[in-house]
Amino acid sequence: MLLIPCPWCGPRDEAEFHYGGQAHVAYPADPAALTDEEWARYLFFRDNPMGPFSERWNHTSGCRRWFTVTRDTTTNAITPETSR
Amino acid sequence: MTADPHANRISPLAGFAGVSDARLDVREIPFLRQTNVRADPARLLPAWADRLPLAPGTWRRSGETDILYLGPDEWLAIGDLTPVPAEPRADTARRVGQDDVILTDVSAQRTIARVAGPGARDLLAHGCALDLHPSVFGPGRCAQTMLARAQVILMARERDEFWILVRASFARYLAAWIADAAVDY
Repeated sequence: MLLIPCPWCGPRDEAEFHYGGQAHVAYPADPAALTDEEWARYLFFRDNPMGPFSERWNHTSGCRRWFTVTRDTTTNAITPETSR
Repeated sequence: MTADPHANRISPLAGFAGVSDARLDVREIPFLRQTNVRADPARLLPAWADRLPLAPGTWRRSGETDILYLGPDEWLAIGDLTPVPAEPRADTARRVGQDDVILTDVSAQRTIARVAGPGARDLLAHGCALDLHPSVFGPGRCAQTMLARAQVILMARERDEFWILVRASFARYLAAWIADAAVDY
């Protein structure tokens, strides 16, 4: 089980968290202007790197806050990210 | 006829006999008022800043109320929370501002199980991943976590006494788990 560092509660078991997918996926500035393909890319296409990956987690069983960490997908080593 | 509105209320653990022996004492503390407090800690009025704990994962007694710091902008007050007198507000339609404190009564959301005695930490450690050693989780600490897969708020009080705040719908399950785990003690 992963030990995930919640910025508020400290390190906790993975079972207390909900996964939120890739971080830093910005909402399109003008969604109406996107083609169907661009919209589908925004909705469904995510990076799948081998190595460091910024991702969102929600501490559902604790403080119920979202935060961002960087997880290395090969080693599962997690480092905190300062931005919320 | 004036009926007492509290006459017929039944607490979530009304059927729980509790546990009582030399090393362990478990019983429900029903019907304590609980109030959720939301505010921006950077913009607290002095009257509030004096009452609220401001270190993560701690609680403090403020008058007759225990106030737990749950999240960056969220507290839970247990006991009757005497309101801080607010400035009279001329514009009642004003929207909630950043320096406002928002109170919500959540008394019915959770009930409290009191677990006390020398065996209390060992009992809780059966179902909780947190380090409950007194040097880490001593009096004055609180945490939201999972106990036996149920979401709870743990509150460390004096002398091996813990309060477990558990959602009303999970209370009977957790009481059954505690009664089972307490067989060892």
